[in-house]
Amino acid sequence: MAIVFEKPKALTDAPFHYCPGCPHGIIHRLVAETMDELGIEGKAIGVAPVGCAVMAYDYFACDMIEAAHGRAPAVATGIKRCRPDNIVFTYQGDGDLASIGMAETVHAAARNENITVIFVNNAIYGMTGGQMAPTSLPGQVTQTSPYGRDVNHCGWPIRVSEMLATLEGPEYITRVAVNNVKNVRNAKKAIKKAFQNQIEGKGFSLVEVVSACPTNWGMTPKQALEWIESDMLPYYPIGVYKDRSAKEDAAE
Amino acid sequence: MAKVTFNTDMCKGCGLCVDACPKQCLAIAQDKLNPKGYSPAYMKDQEKCIGCAFCATMCPDCIITVEK
Repeated sequence: MAIVFEKPKALTDAPFHYCPGCPHGIIHRLVAETMDELGIEGKAIGVAPVGCAVMAYDYFACDMIEAAHGRAPAVATGIKRCRPDNIVFTYQGDGDLASIGMAETVHAAARNENITVIFVNNAIYGMTGGQMAPTSLPGQVTQTSPYGRDVNHCGWPIRVSEMLATLEGPEYITRVAVNNVKNVRNAKKAIKKAFQNQIEGKGFSLVEVVSACPTNWGMTPKQALEWIESDMLPYYPIGVYKDRSAKEDAAE
Repeated sequence: MAKVTFNTDMCKGCGLCVDACPKQCLAIAQDKLNPKGYSPAYMKDQEKCIGCAFCATMCPDCIITVEK
């Protein structure tokens, strides 16, 4: 019998500290599988965020560094410019990338830094106990919006992929989800392309992964994945928002 | 025939594998606890398994190995 599925080698044996049913584990695995397939584990350098994924450095077998809150794209810029032969990626949540780290993200994209950004959007601050995030949906109940997010008072949620796609800089901006097997497989393809772009020197690639937070949403893992489909995806549609190389190829 | 093995000690009993299985051959062992204190998933009906690895694809803790 041949093994058709096993834990990728780019993940360590450390058990994930995430809550039961948290899709962070799935997304970690997709990144690790990509590293295995491209054979880049030895020269990959990951930048961990602040948030639930703060301990990603324990789980990835490649070199990792921890950035200050939201500053992962700035740290990754420094690493990539000093060591252009290494493959540099950041792994960030929505409280990290879309809130305090928005400036670093937008400017890294505008400069078309040759890095890969994995952006996990679960519409809430997970680690700190479920506060409202810039990506929380209108009407969503969180610890700091107990009557639901009031858009007149708190503003509208930010669609990061659409916003970054308006810039001239970035190479590849896409949004995927991990709520079912089909979407997980498509997410894997997008993440692999994002790393491939960096290897080919094409520039800034961002993969927004629509994820879940069963604990802070107050749902079972199954209900949380269903809520992605029913509530998250209508506001955050899956799709490729920018793919400059494909556009240039089509024009030729 | 396909074979699915669980690293039961690492399972958190979230049940995503059970929901993902198209042949309904997985279940949560309600009468058991692993060292973490969770009721782990297990293979209920090995005969029906087709080795599609949907369970492993959805497992957030990478505890499932599929052989075919």
